[in-house]
Amino acid sequence: MDKETIISIISEVKDPEIPVLSISDLGILRKIEFTGDKISIQITPTYSGCPAMETIQEDIRTELANHGLVHVEIKQVLSPAWTSDWMSETGKQKLISYGIAAPRSPACVHNGDDQPETCPHCHSINIEMISRFGSTACKALYRCLDCREPFDYFKCH
Amino acid sequence: MTDLLTNYIIHQADNALILGHRNSEWTGHGPILEQDIALSNISLDLIGQARNFYQLAANRLNELTPGENITEDDLAYLRNVNEFRNFILVEQSNGDWARTILRQFYFSSFQFLLYNELLNSKYPGIAAISEKSVKETRYHVKWSSEWVIRLGDGTAESQHRMLNAMQLLSPWISEMFLPVDFDYEASSTGAGIQPEILRNEWFDRVNTVLVTAMLPEISSENKPLQILSGKKGVHSEQLTDLLAEMQILQRTYPGATW
Repeated sequence: MDKETIISIISEVKDPEIPVLSISDLGILRKIEFTGDKISIQITPTYSGCPAMETIQEDIRTELANHGLVHVEIKQVLSPAWTSDWMSETGKQKLISYGIAAPRSPACVHNGDDQPETCPHCHSINIEMISRFGSTACKALYRCLDCREPFDYFKCH
Repeated sequence: MTDLLTNYIIHQADNALILGHRNSEWTGHGPILEQDIALSNISLDLIGQARNFYQLAANRLNELTPGENITEDDLAYLRNVNEFRNFILVEQSNGDWARTILRQFYFSSFQFLLYNELLNSKYPGIAAISEKSVKETRYHVKWSSEWVIRLGDGTAESQHRMLNAMQLLSPWISEMFLPVDFDYEASSTGAGIQPEILRNEWFDRVNTVLVTAMLPEISSENKPLQILSGKKGVHSEQLTDLLAEMQILQRTYPGATW
């Protein structure tokens, strides 16, 4: 199997908590190296306690094993620290279609005082925060004052 | 076999784990669903940070004493109360929502300043974990500050509870800034800092929020209570209770996995 194919198999592994995003959309896939028949992969967590990291590692192993690739080493790296700026534009579009407001960038400008641009359902700018924390550590909870729908916001980080 | 620098790393891990565990006691019991989730997410961040520090400490211990194969779980689940190096502040029981909020606010304000300094640590693992954690902690400061203001400048009842929490937690503030042997070692090797250098800024930032919250300022002249020192392993009995619950599974069934 050629390297391109292997790289695309790994890149397409999904985030189990936001299954429309692949790990490459999310920007947590940092490096893939080939040494002989060994594949070394580096991934980085979004948040320190992200409970999805172990599942993601297992999913990468399973996907590769399904293609007969078992000589795999996966390392978690912390530095440089992940930022929501690493999320791809495609990733942001997928999030919005899924009903989650995408992080604005660059993250450092907003520094935790940010808020979504628009409601992901009706695109109104008339929105308000319900809670700084949503269903996962990477999200906050908002509501739209026009269509009245609540929605998650993937925070700038 | 341990050394001072390992204890410095373990001290950071213990603070995060013990406060993370305390907060997790609220899971399923929060005053409203959104805040139950908020505190559980903060726990998740803290326990994640603790794991990173324990892994770093375990690697160092295994280099110092090859063959023992110490893991992060050994450090979290199999040490005794006098081996823990966390602040007395973080082991204090949850009490009411006001006490939990104030404890978080005091600690996160400290941890944020600390991580900012540790970004420049000459010990690469410490710098990397701090870089990862500092953004999370900034958010914890923001969330807990908003709650301090909401409760302090809220109803007569909420203000009364905040004042009560301030009184209960005041004996445990000074310890954060008092150096012990591992702080001296960390600062002289460039791996860490002397906590004393954070004191003025901590009081400035905390008092700014307290004033906004219509609460009295706290004095940096606060005298330490000399008998207890979490950093030296002399803890309040509240940590014993916490460990009894947190460690029971690994103590009863060593090496259990599922």
